[in-house]
Amino acid sequence: MARYVLFHIVKCAVLLLAVSFLCFALVNASPIDPVQANLGQAAYINMSPEKRADLAAYWGVDAPLWESYANWLGGAMQGDWGTSLRYNAPVLQVIAERTVNTLMLMAIAWVVSGLLGFVLGIAAALHRGGWLDRIIKGYCYLLAATPTFWLAMIFLLCFSVLIPLFPIGFSLPIGVASSEATLLDALHHLALPAITLSLVGVANIALHTREKTIDVLESDYVRFARMRGMRPAEALRNGCWRNLLLPALTLQFASISEIFGGSVLVEEVFSYPGLGQAAVTAALGGDVALLAGIAVISAVLVFGGNLAANILYGVIDPRIRRGEGLHDESGRGDIAGIGGIRPSRRLGGRQFADRGEVIGRG
Amino acid sequence: MAELAPAQEPVVQTTLFHAPRSLARIISNRNVLLITAVCALAILVAIIVAGIVATPAAQETDFARRDLAPSLAHPFGCDWLGRDMFLRTLAGLSLSIRIGLLAAVVSALIALVLGTIAALGSKVADGIVTWLIDLMMGVPHLVLLILISYALGKGFWGVTVGIALTHWASLTRVVRAEVLQCRQSPYIAVAGKLGASRLRIAAKHIVPFVFPQFLVGFILLFPHAILHEAAITFLGFGLPPELPALGNILSESMTYRSTGMWWLAVFPGLSLIATVLLFDLAGGALRKIVDARTNQE
Repeated sequence: MARYVLFHIVKCAVLLLAVSFLCFALVNASPIDPVQANLGQAAYINMSPEKRADLAAYWGVDAPLWESYANWLGGAMQGDWGTSLRYNAPVLQVIAERTVNTLMLMAIAWVVSGLLGFVLGIAAALHRGGWLDRIIKGYCYLLAATPTFWLAMIFLLCFSVLIPLFPIGFSLPIGVASSEATLLDALHHLALPAITLSLVGVANIALHTREKTIDVLESDYVRFARMRGMRPAEALRNGCWRNLLLPALTLQFASISEIFGGSVLVEEVFSYPGLGQAAVTAALGGDVALLAGIAVISAVLVFGGNLAANILYGVIDPRIRRGEGLHDESGRGDIAGIGGIRPSRRLGGRQFADRGEVIGRG
Repeated sequence: MAELAPAQEPVVQTTLFHAPRSLARIISNRNVLLITAVCALAILVAIIVAGIVATPAAQETDFARRDLAPSLAHPFGCDWLGRDMFLRTLAGLSLSIRIGLLAAVVSALIALVLGTIAALGSKVADGIVTWLIDLMMGVPHLVLLILISYALGKGFWGVTVGIALTHWASLTRVVRAEVLQCRQSPYIAVAGKLGASRLRIAAKHIVPFVFPQFLVGFILLFPHAILHEAAITFLGFGLPPELPALGNILSESMTYRSTGMWWLAVFPGLSLIATVLLFDLAGGALRKIVDARTNQE
């Protein structure tokens, strides 16, 4: 087990290093000149050439990418992520202030969408072909096709403008200092963005859980349980639901990436001061240090989710803990190899077809 | 007795295999699915063409029809410059689909090459491709799009290159898994033992096995590409504001959200959803046709 956990931690660390380089390289490849962007046009024109050269050396404009990356990484390791131009504060401080807001939003959306999706998926599968199944499926397909930011706009239009139930934006009432605002205020401002993000996240997990539940309901062990007089819902409750938990967890942890992307859009629509809104402001305003910092933080969140998922598999599924599922022959990787990402009904069909072909020719 | 036996045989077969009845069903079902897919794709082509034709008219301003609510003459209403929202939406959808097409083709080619290399190449090559996929999936998709768009100085190329370069990861996984599964199946081994060359096996067995799934994956890339294009343009990193793109239309409507001009946001958004659903419909129908299990239902 220790070896299994260590393997994944090292893998994540290496990937994270590569991701940080990717982010840094992309941000620095921009045609926007950091010296001009950080000084402003007027100051740059009035400056002597020597001073410009000094500053260029300070910002590392002429240094090769590897060198400036090494400098940045070295600073980041010691807690110096550079200075944000737009917010005129250290990057780490800006990120820390906004992470609380974003994490609250994401955590609510993650838990609500996960639980709701899981329950809806099982409910749809138990009533397969019935009206409940059709409603849930239709809802999921419709939501999967809906742009997150549009849904946020419509909610804002309906529940803040036409029916003023919720505030029109921001995380606190306008004109109130953050120290005077109550928890209730904060929750009131958080509610509509969180509802939007939760509803959008339901579709994927519900559809996959439905597929998986249908698989389980058609399995031999559920058939046996039904022969013993159990109803399908009872069989699921008496242990079969564990088989649904693993793919659902895979998906739910993988969805952190999606939820972060969604939170960028939702925060932008609701003017909610979180990481996503800061990233958009930073990128529009040429704030290189902040943009790179937020990109790396978002990657840390995603990798943290993957790592947690991989370790949780070991806890839930003893086969993986013993290393049986770690390097499977089909080479589909440790996550998809246990039938997580792709609905396994399709794979089953494939194998069935292959056997049929061989028998037919023989 | 001997005369009775042949007459009974088909009866036994029908009860065992349901042959005659389900055969008729397969044909009609397959046709229904095929017609669905073709119709959906035809509507999408029509949107592309109509959008290109409508683009000049969509940019026409006329202050006589400023802020008009939806009516028969202007089904989606008009905006604050008197531009017809229906034409603007049509032009925006067309633009989105064209960018989606370009991006999906590039992404699909990358996925095909990388997936094949991973499945047929050495263990090292496989490791590298898998690692690249993990790397791509490590950064939230939207953040990566913002970064690429920023690196390219925003604008048309920023969004197009960004979307083209970031959508290959999931399709690469599919291609890799399909090729691997095909390569390990018994009939490939049999063909090899019978003396078929590697090239012949690839052309006669692996390509026909993988291609349908690849095609379906390709069509299902569109909804993602279109939604991401709209999102990134909405945030201000994508297409320049003077173009009638859906992201721009919706972003502009944000400014007027508190004035009660609901039609500026509602109708373009609904059309976008309808377009995405059309692609889903076409892809889903094709998937059912090419999938070995569901095409028998």
